[in-house]
Amino acid sequence: MMTLKINGLTHQVDADPDTPLLYVLRDDLKLNAAKFGCGLGQCGSCTVIVDGKAVLSCVTPLLLLEGKQVTTLEGLGTISEPAPIQRAFMEEQAAQCGYCIAGMMMRAQALLQKNSKPTDEEIRTELQQNLCRCGTHMRILRAVRRAARLMDTAELSPGNQGSVP
Amino acid sequence: MTRSAIIGGIFAALCVGGAAAAFAIAWRPAIAAIDPPKPQSFDASLVKRGRELAAIGNCGDCHTVRGARNFAGGLPVPTPFGTVYSSNITPDPETGIGRWSEAAFRRAMRSGVGRDGGHLYPTFPYDHFTNVSDEDDSALYAFLMTREPVRAPARENQLAFPLDYRVLVAGWKLLFLHPGSYRPDSTKSAEWNRGAYLVEGLAHCGACHTPRNALGAERASASFAGGDVDNWQAYPINAQSPSPVPWDAEALFSYLRDGWHPDHGTARGPMAQVVSNLSSVPSSDVRAIAVYMADVLGTPTPDRKRQGEAALAQAKSGAAPAPQADAVGASIYAAACASCHEGGRPPPYGGINLGLSTAIASPDPRNLANIVLSGVRPVEGERSPIMPGFADSMSDTQIAALLNFLRTRFGNQAPWSGVDKTVEDARRTQTVFLQTSAGPRNAPADASQRDKP
Repeated sequence: MMTLKINGLTHQVDADPDTPLLYVLRDDLKLNAAKFGCGLGQCGSCTVIVDGKAVLSCVTPLLLLEGKQVTTLEGLGTISEPAPIQRAFMEEQAAQCGYCIAGMMMRAQALLQKNSKPTDEEIRTELQQNLCRCGTHMRILRAVRRAARLMDTAELSPGNQGSVP
Repeated sequence: MTRSAIIGGIFAALCVGGAAAAFAIAWRPAIAAIDPPKPQSFDASLVKRGRELAAIGNCGDCHTVRGARNFAGGLPVPTPFGTVYSSNITPDPETGIGRWSEAAFRRAMRSGVGRDGGHLYPTFPYDHFTNVSDEDDSALYAFLMTREPVRAPARENQLAFPLDYRVLVAGWKLLFLHPGSYRPDSTKSAEWNRGAYLVEGLAHCGACHTPRNALGAERASASFAGGDVDNWQAYPINAQSPSPVPWDAEALFSYLRDGWHPDHGTARGPMAQVVSNLSSVPSSDVRAIAVYMADVLGTPTPDRKRQGEAALAQAKSGAAPAPQADAVGASIYAAACASCHEGGRPPPYGGINLGLSTAIASPDPRNLANIVLSGVRPVEGERSPIMPGFADSMSDTQIAALLNFLRTRFGNQAPWSGVDKTVEDARRTQTVFLQTSAGPRNAPADASQRDKP
């Protein structure tokens, strides 16, 4: 039995310590936002946040998560109340097939949490690890910039749901 | 005349004589500034040759800092004596070498003296460049003088007193700079001699792969016995090479040309930049380097050959000795490493079987720590090997457990000591290296793919 803290909840899962986090998220906990892409830590579609850092869940065994907080996309917002990063991706229509987008959002979220006003160069460098086969990169970049503004606005006036220029 | 006056006189004479001698040794005249030559004044084929030579000399990697303009300098080079910043070698008239004549450039290459007569610190490897021919210096000059000028003033070096006095470098040169030290060996082939000329000269392989003495000079008695660069170990590339499979000229050529070899793995860290350069120069030069270095590495002893064959056989069959190591390390390996390193996909897109890994077989665990922390970055716009870094998902203790496991399971060697400290240091230093180093720009996994659409 392993204990995991995911999106603020504690879960007991019946899995070996060397099980990759992604398998437990999808198969046991039905948290399906993180995707299985390559299974080799090369594409980024399985990205989640662990203690504030973007981590590839397909190559992260459970034993590395002892005492750590895992956040998946489900932990950021809901369909009725999307988080700023999710709103921004929707408003910019950044998804084509959408398979990579959860990973993109999680890595972008981790970036914005530590750097609220990243330059384009910083966004590109950070997201370099996440692959998108559809080629919506320009929209993804716009979405991350929009998310940065949304978060900024939200901080200045809590609860502000007004549109962002 | 009293006795003390005589002694005083002799002392004074010695002082004057000594000062004159020191002056003669240390003083170099300035070479007159010129108006920057027009790019059109250089022959295009000479410029092209210069581009290839600059790639072999790896000029761009020290003289470029990440995110900044090519050859504009500013890269911090950590040394045991302090930090030296690379200089701007674009033809900018004020902050670069725009006012340097070819004679001034050649003097800098040959004897480490700037146009103004000031001694250059040997971080600039003129102990090797002194062997570069006039003809090659001309081509390098033509290449650099036709780059785009970039205004980028030099950064102040951070050297402790008295090393901040450049005149002291004259003394260093007396001891360690040997102009004309390279001589062709008529008993060897033309290819071997070409390789020797490049390796001992422009390519300055020993600058990283040869250990240095207390004064920061390469130890002549320990040529290619392994050194340090940017907190990576530059492996021994003589008979002491720790690679599980012995190198030969064919393997060296393919590794240097393509950046990887199925029996040796992928070039990374500072070596990734080197192979990135070598993918764009004439293959005959890379082959010559391989032929010469294969001779330096020597013919493997029967014992070593047998061990290499055993390692290869084991890698092919997939059978590994039963793990009797760290359980945490074993679990991390199973989930984080085995999917690529035992995935059955051939290198470079699949990971090398770790039984063939030089990083694990080496007595120094630094490179393995670096690679686990930072991974291998894909090269923009090219098919290239890739490995995720684990700095954000593993603690130092967990990485140390993994390293100890890998050493026991695959290393076939005595355990490392002090791995915790190594990982801690690597985490600190790799962050800096990755932020400042320009990194490989263009290293295809297979250079033959370059010209294909």
